[in-house]
Amino acid sequence: MNTILLTAVLGIVLMMIGAFSKSKTLPRFVAIGGIIVILIANMVELLSQESFFTFNVKNMLTFNSFNLAFIGVALLCTLIYFLLSGSAIEKVGSHVAEYFALLFFVLCGVAISATFNTLLMLFIGIEIISIPLYILTGSDKRNLKSNEAALKYFLMGAFSTGIMLMGIAFIYGGNEQATFYISQLGFGVGKMSPLIAIGLVLLLISMSFKVSAVPFHFWTPDVYDGAPTVFTSFMATIVKAAGFFAFLRLFDNGFGVLQPQWQKLIVLITAATLVLGNLTAVFQQSVKRMLAYSSIAQAGFMLFAVFALNEKAKEGLILYAAAYSLATIGIFAILIKMKDYTIDGFNGLAKKQPVLAVTGLVFLLSLTGVPLTAGFQSKFYMLMAGAEVGSYSWLIILAVLCAAISAYYYFKIIQAIFFKEASSAEGDITEDITTGFKLMLIITAVLIIVLGVMPGLLTDWLYY
Amino acid sequence: MNPQDVWITFPELLVWFPLLAGLVCFLFKDNSKVKSWVLLASIITLCISFASLYFSDDVKYLALNKASYTLKYMNNANFILGLDGMGRLLTLLTACAFPIIFVATYNTPYKRAKNFYGLMLLAQSGLMGVFTAMDAMSFYFFWELALIPVYFLSSQWGGERRIQATFKFFVYTFAGSLLMLIGIIYVYLHTININGNGHSFALYAFAGVRLEPSEQNWLFWLFFIAFAIKMPIFPFHTWQPDAYEQSPTATTMVLSGIMVKMGLFACLRWLLPIFPQATIKFDTIIIGLSVIGMLYASIIALKQDDLKRLVAYSSIAHIGLMCAGIFTKTEVGLQGVMLQMFCHGINIIGLWIVIELIERQTGVRKLSQLGGVAHKAPVLTILLVVIALANIALPLTNAFVGEFMLFNGLFAFNKWYAAAAGISIVLAAVYTLNMIQKVFYGEENSITTIIKEIALHEKIILSVVVVLIFLMGVYPQPMINLTKGTVEALMLKFN
Repeated sequence: MNTILLTAVLGIVLMMIGAFSKSKTLPRFVAIGGIIVILIANMVELLSQESFFTFNVKNMLTFNSFNLAFIGVALLCTLIYFLLSGSAIEKVGSHVAEYFALLFFVLCGVAISATFNTLLMLFIGIEIISIPLYILTGSDKRNLKSNEAALKYFLMGAFSTGIMLMGIAFIYGGNEQATFYISQLGFGVGKMSPLIAIGLVLLLISMSFKVSAVPFHFWTPDVYDGAPTVFTSFMATIVKAAGFFAFLRLFDNGFGVLQPQWQKLIVLITAATLVLGNLTAVFQQSVKRMLAYSSIAQAGFMLFAVFALNEKAKEGLILYAAAYSLATIGIFAILIKMKDYTIDGFNGLAKKQPVLAVTGLVFLLSLTGVPLTAGFQSKFYMLMAGAEVGSYSWLIILAVLCAAISAYYYFKIIQAIFFKEASSAEGDITEDITTGFKLMLIITAVLIIVLGVMPGLLTDWLYY
Repeated sequence: MNPQDVWITFPELLVWFPLLAGLVCFLFKDNSKVKSWVLLASIITLCISFASLYFSDDVKYLALNKASYTLKYMNNANFILGLDGMGRLLTLLTACAFPIIFVATYNTPYKRAKNFYGLMLLAQSGLMGVFTAMDAMSFYFFWELALIPVYFLSSQWGGERRIQATFKFFVYTFAGSLLMLIGIIYVYLHTININGNGHSFALYAFAGVRLEPSEQNWLFWLFFIAFAIKMPIFPFHTWQPDAYEQSPTATTMVLSGIMVKMGLFACLRWLLPIFPQATIKFDTIIIGLSVIGMLYASIIALKQDDLKRLVAYSSIAHIGLMCAGIFTKTEVGLQGVMLQMFCHGINIIGLWIVIELIERQTGVRKLSQLGGVAHKAPVLTILLVVIALANIALPLTNAFVGEFMLFNGLFAFNKWYAAAAGISIVLAAVYTLNMIQKVFYGEENSITTIIKEIALHEKIILSVVVVLIFLMGVYPQPMINLTKGTVEALMLKFN
């Protein structure tokens, strides 16, 4: 509750700052200060199980330690995102305060969609996430690609929202209680009625759409490529993780009993996402576009949580959200500083900016899933969750083969950074790098390694 | 002494000391001092390893008791390190190899030397970890930890085609280890719940696991492919000649002297005890592959003009024999593998040193361009001839004992396989002697006239290798005694 209210309030405050203050840096400091306060408030709520505010939400939202732990991870990643890329947000355009305000509204949506207990709240949460993102995607107003991406995202997003609403309507009409509460849907283990089946598939499609799972992924590369890079970083990490969290909660709490009937569909989607995401990423020359495809590929691994629906899967998803978000935010923060977004643009980075090179190495190794990094632990948890299911062993083998393919394109960047020479010995390949930025990168990298050695630091919060 | 009372045990010391020493390297400002530091560090490691031979207790790893005390919490997996006979032998090999490598390449200049030596010590730490891990997760962890520094060493300081060659190596082994990870997860989920503590990654739990034959069959291959890529045996060997050729020679020594032993070692520790039935079922196939690989590699070695590639292929042939020895599951065969792992490591490092010395002086390593080195550098030639003879396993040299035992085991398994494998020994003699003849005898040419006799420290280190070769060739009993316990424990699984 704390997070939902405070993010909404802070969003409004930031809009007011935008209206009454001309300062360009003030919004960033307010945003960073605000996110720290919200993070602390969320942790207090997690520890005491009591919110600062008491509202009768009529059980439409639940605040248990699992949900709050996820919100904590999302807030922590946002904090690191603001610290690393806050200055880049200021460079996107002139409405700096509004960008930050919109990001806070997204966070509010993330908190709602993470705690929803009725299908209506899910819908509202997802919409609150999506609408600010449409605006942020198009925020680079003079760039045609950004405009195109925003329009595409908006049309596709509206389409999938429509599908979701239709699915909700079918579920509402189809269950005997005529209720939106996911915990009261009351399905039996046996056959499901056609109405429920249609509703379930429609919801599955719309959620796959939001988390860009194959075959509903086609908007992702264009939107991620067209949007200003700072916002791509946010969309590809925190927003995507939130989508997965909602996906998991919907199918676990709502349709868990029907798992045998929809598991096959999820298996197919997972396999397709893994294969297609990884294979297309191999052929990309632009790092930004490659990261877009790699986010699809990583989504394949996160889908394992929905496929498995066990304790390990829940721990794994939280861990995956943190590991993947931290590493991707880090690598995007480095990418924003590069002058050339192609892989060759990274040539010789190790000599010119050793700190960026070494931290970038940690991020890329984590995305690949090499031991000692958080990325390994999260993949390990997912594989473990999948193995506990017992059936579909081929899916797990497919997943690790895809992870081996992913090594190919992540290591192309590593090769460029470390083993290739820059085209000219003089001249910078990056923009100016401040000491504070380097320090933040190091902190992020250390965080990834700490989580890689002791994942319990994070997963233990689930059982608080 | 009670393990709980000890602050740090020998296996931990063997792992953490090189790690810390390696990290210290990166802090050096001066690239010239770092050489002395790594040499000192590697000699200290060697001393620790010697001490561990006498002062540490054997871990009874196949019995269902807790092996060593646990260091730290990681992922429901305890970080268990321990030493048994086989572990001692291979940590000793790792500890011996690094000082030899550092002395032999003391004069080789490297750009950014501190990074080079730092990564070398990190690789050593990873290798030590692989040989001491008594728990599947820490094993996996070190298995990868050993790979990453070697990848960077080869890609940064290697030859012209280094990036592609080492990347092939990396992707192959990474894919293999991920398959093994699935295997580990599945076996973990089948381990018996002891005292209601949940499943366990510990080796004793893995060795006590009960699997259906059908489960054993596919899990066996998940593990075996990872190990086969690392060894490498036919048909997973294609990364190896390129990687050996393109890596800087010091790294090639690590790769061929120690890293390929990881695959063999892993078979003995993680495959045979866990999947005994599957091992019996697939032994013919694997020995068949090994023998094909031996013949194939030997024939290709005959045709090689590049010294590094020649030794690389000869190494595939030797590894093939050792792999076949493992799957004979005879006492003498297993004993032979353990002995030969050590001997092959020493011998091949000796060969690489000679190649490095020649290449550093002349800049070439083509058989067709070299000749008459013996006139210029007689000491080098004598030492090389001994090492080369060990490579073809002549009596009195260390490899003779090992290969004799291996053939003994193979003969007991199937005499036709033994006969086919015997051909590769003949071929080994052909290509090795051919190499000696072309490089060291014959007429001098414009390239080889500049060769000078090698420096004193190089003479000393090659002499050390030669002395080791003779010593183990004449009196191998201490080594055999060292690994006896491990072999007997393994044999229990098959009786």
